[in-house]
Amino acid sequence: MPKPDSASKVLLRGRDITRRWGGLVALNKVSVELERGSLHAVIGTNGAGKSTLINILSGEFPPSEGQVELLGQDVTDWSQPKRARSGLGRSYQRNTIYPSFSVMENCRLAAQARKPAPWAWWQSAARCEVSTAAAHDAAVRVGLGNALDRTAGLLSHGQKRQLEIAMCLATGPEVLLLDEPLAGMGAEETERMLTLLEQLRPDHAILLVEHDMDAVFRAADRITVMVNGQVIASGSPDFIRNSPEVKTAYLGDH
Amino acid sequence: MTNNDTSKSVFVAAIFAALAIYPFTGSEFGTDLVTTTMVFAIFALSLELLVGGTGLVCFGQAAFFGIGAYSAVLLSPQYDPGSVAILLPAAVLTAALYALFVGALSLRTKGVYFIMVTLAFAQMAYFVVHDTSLGGGTDGIYMTVKPTLGAIDLGDTQALYWVTYVLLIAVFVFLAVLSRSRFGRALAGIRVNEQRMRATGFSTYPYKLAAFTISGAIAGLGGFLFAVKDGAVNPELMSWHLSGSVLVMIILGGIGHLRGALIGAFAFVLLEELFKSEAIFGEFSKHWHLGLGMTIIASVALLPRGLVGLPGQWGQHLLGRATRRAEDMEVQNAKA
Repeated sequence: MPKPDSASKVLLRGRDITRRWGGLVALNKVSVELERGSLHAVIGTNGAGKSTLINILSGEFPPSEGQVELLGQDVTDWSQPKRARSGLGRSYQRNTIYPSFSVMENCRLAAQARKPAPWAWWQSAARCEVSTAAAHDAAVRVGLGNALDRTAGLLSHGQKRQLEIAMCLATGPEVLLLDEPLAGMGAEETERMLTLLEQLRPDHAILLVEHDMDAVFRAADRITVMVNGQVIASGSPDFIRNSPEVKTAYLGDH
Repeated sequence: MTNNDTSKSVFVAAIFAALAIYPFTGSEFGTDLVTTTMVFAIFALSLELLVGGTGLVCFGQAAFFGIGAYSAVLLSPQYDPGSVAILLPAAVLTAALYALFVGALSLRTKGVYFIMVTLAFAQMAYFVVHDTSLGGGTDGIYMTVKPTLGAIDLGDTQALYWVTYVLLIAVFVFLAVLSRSRFGRALAGIRVNEQRMRATGFSTYPYKLAAFTISGAIAGLGGFLFAVKDGAVNPELMSWHLSGSVLVMIILGGIGHLRGALIGAFAFVLLEELFKSEAIFGEFSKHWHLGLGMTIIASVALLPRGLVGLPGQWGQHLLGRATRRAEDMEVQNAKA
């Protein structure tokens, strides 16, 4: 995988993030850096703490210890909406689309966060040019351009996953935290999603949590392997592939 | 505008047209009853904004209705007619202020806790008027002289009918426009998935608080009209029975649709009148609660989507089983 050029810069940084649930340590001093133009994959078995990491980085709940920095600012105490407005977008492992809305409405509602104007109660939301343009753009980007008027709940599973990403893109984030975007996708849909990630890479910093190992090793610039809430290895795909710790702990001997 | 939207608009327009004709044909009693129903329709619309529009089940809506009503009476001069231009905004504002206070605290909770906290705040208001002399205690107080609006005297049955009619349309149109606005769409987003809205960048608490306050203000408007129509208020206006009744109205009509609140209010009042009628039920009319309750249970069981879902259900019957199965699957998919 060709590495993008030098102008890369750290957009999101998690520093020694620890999260305890009572006696259980879900995350133990985990550090990650996401650079613009780079796709950073996090892999690990179920319960390794991958989703917890995304939840803490996006501000769903605070870390017990550690720091989160977004675009050079310490955002550890920021609420999730505030982080989102500052350029942090995330998608969910389970679909969180609005099933009764059309594809366009789903994207438009997400894009509305750019220009919320809640006091303009007399103005139809559909007339807001900023959000309709951004929504249209996001839907076309993920390949749902010909399904704009379809009811989201009636889409195929793969299309729902695409819509999930489109809603994330519609807000215009610089940092993308994607929680298993490929889960349950067919081969063709996976290819399309990987192409999309490829297109997004140059001007975004992307964190990808994914179980599809073929996809991860193809797409990622950097891979972090987690086991039981701890990082056991982090580096280029080649480094990870040849790391003995990873082999024994996670990939198995093959 | 799709076909479906057109038929909905035609349906709503037909209701308002019928209400515009009614006073010319009906009796004085009938006009009075329809006025009450329209007041309840305003009240039901206020709750629909919360339950159907935002996904917040408020079980204390009567408090705002009652506060609007009490404000109207307490602020009226004793011997001269009060001015609607002062009393109406005052009633709406007082109800909105209480809603702002209740909302600010109760919206920190979710689900069943939210239901209970709103109920608790409503009961608090209820006991304040019930147990203190502020509003005449258990007996309530009377509005001796009805307010006027310029040359219009709201003591006149016809005049009150038209004022209520205009306000009902105004509330309906306001909420219809609001639901299409960015604010309204954000509320709908919060109803379906609040977490996702937060991840998208919406601070959801101020949105919910604004909705709660607007809802309280509209309920206060209903309370004002109710006090003017009845000429008296008593603590029962704030009791949980009324909060429950208005919830039943919107469930009966169909949650998630403004016209559902409208139809629900009419269906509820008509059913109540029907079961109270001695001419039809004789001795049994004393036990009208029983008849009303059983009818409501039956309609909720048979009409899961409320009265507004009725045409759709008939359509499915006519289309036959295959289509019905297909549509069921769609609904299940939509839920997934």
